[in-house]
Amino acid sequence: MKISWWKITAIVLVLYSIVAGFLIDVPRLPILHETIRNLFFHVTMWFSMIMLLIVSLVNGIRYLGKADMHYDIIAEESARVGIVFGILGLITGSIWAKNTWGAWWVNDAKLNGAAASMLVYFAYILLRGSMDDEHKRARISAVYSIFAFSLMLVFIMILPRLTDSLHPGNGGNPGFGRYDLDNTMRMVFYPAVIGWMLMAVWIVNIRVRIRKIANQFG
Amino acid sequence: MASGKYMLKEIKSLIVKEIMLEWKQKYAFNGLLLYVASTVFICYLSFKQIIDPPVWNALFWIILLFAAVNAVAKSFMQETRGRQLYMYTIASAQSVILSKIIYNLLLMLLISLINLLFYSLFIGNIVQDMPMFMLGLLLGSAGFASVLTMISAIASRAGNNTTLMAILSFPILIPMLITIIRFSKNAIDGLAATVNYQFMVMLLGLNVLVVALSFLLFPYLWRE
Repeated sequence: MKISWWKITAIVLVLYSIVAGFLIDVPRLPILHETIRNLFFHVTMWFSMIMLLIVSLVNGIRYLGKADMHYDIIAEESARVGIVFGILGLITGSIWAKNTWGAWWVNDAKLNGAAASMLVYFAYILLRGSMDDEHKRARISAVYSIFAFSLMLVFIMILPRLTDSLHPGNGGNPGFGRYDLDNTMRMVFYPAVIGWMLMAVWIVNIRVRIRKIANQFG
Repeated sequence: MASGKYMLKEIKSLIVKEIMLEWKQKYAFNGLLLYVASTVFICYLSFKQIIDPPVWNALFWIILLFAAVNAVAKSFMQETRGRQLYMYTIASAQSVILSKIIYNLLLMLLISLINLLFYSLFIGNIVQDMPMFMLGLLLGSAGFASVLTMISAIASRAGNNTTLMAILSFPILIPMLITIIRFSKNAIDGLAATVNYQFMVMLLGLNVLVVALSFLLFPYLWRE
């Protein structure tokens, strides 16, 4: 079996980020303490999810332009894998919130934005399931994903800036960004982001190939 | 795509068509009236009077949200396949979506005013800055109408069921709903108008974005 260099990189980086993420010395900060290590696990999930959802959007647009089913398969599979990463992001965030804020969920612009985006993509999958004709399904779900993605972008990018947020990086709360300046953390965080993103691409790649083989055999 | 002047004429006659259709089958509009009236009445029986501004405000917009989903859902679902094919041959896709959005905006404005009337009558009116609240109604109706028109087009292509309509529209209505609730809460409390400028800009921006997206994307739904 031939394994390409980027897949090896993905495995090495993810393993490194998990091992080093638990072992390195982190800045001792009030309230955060050891939970600051969540940076390596929680934030990377969201980065990977956003990348996959953008891939899904771009392939939706390409489908509307070319009407090639290849783009539709990529759009669907990256949305599905994006949802999995999103759920992992919610779980890691929730555990972190319980230990620092004292609640699994708080009413906060960023958290609600994340939950609403998840609902949008669940609706996207449901919409796909409601149609049988594959070209019709591809076209209509592409229209919905472009429409929904643009509105969610406004929600996630602009609304939290209008209000205060508890989330690190907003409203004077300690942000991870400041502690990225800590060079040891940076040496784990950046490889972790790249590793998980490559991992996400790999998963989508496998799923797209499975779909194509399944299509060949009816 | 038709030229500007021709398109305006086309949109105008399509809106007139919608209004005449609505007038012809009054039961749809009367049904909406009854829906709003009975929802408000149920809320009245459950809550009696509401004097707490956040609750008053949230309930008002939730009633309006559900009325909007019901009102706009039929804009594409009601049309038979034959009539849609006929429209396809005589009008451009852009005119069709724009006329539906404008018509639904008028419908939503009417419904929101009626809702406000019943709501004030039964549950009480605690709004301190009425002109600002009215502006909120206008912006909110426009937002609901434009988003739901597009979603109704999508849902009608995907098997015509109302559950789908709610599932597809609720998550993307959340940003609009949150902003409009903040906006009208400030109007209820009678805060200075300047507090609301950022929300006003945001709502206008969202409306423009939705209409622009509908304009670009609807042709892909229309052709079959």
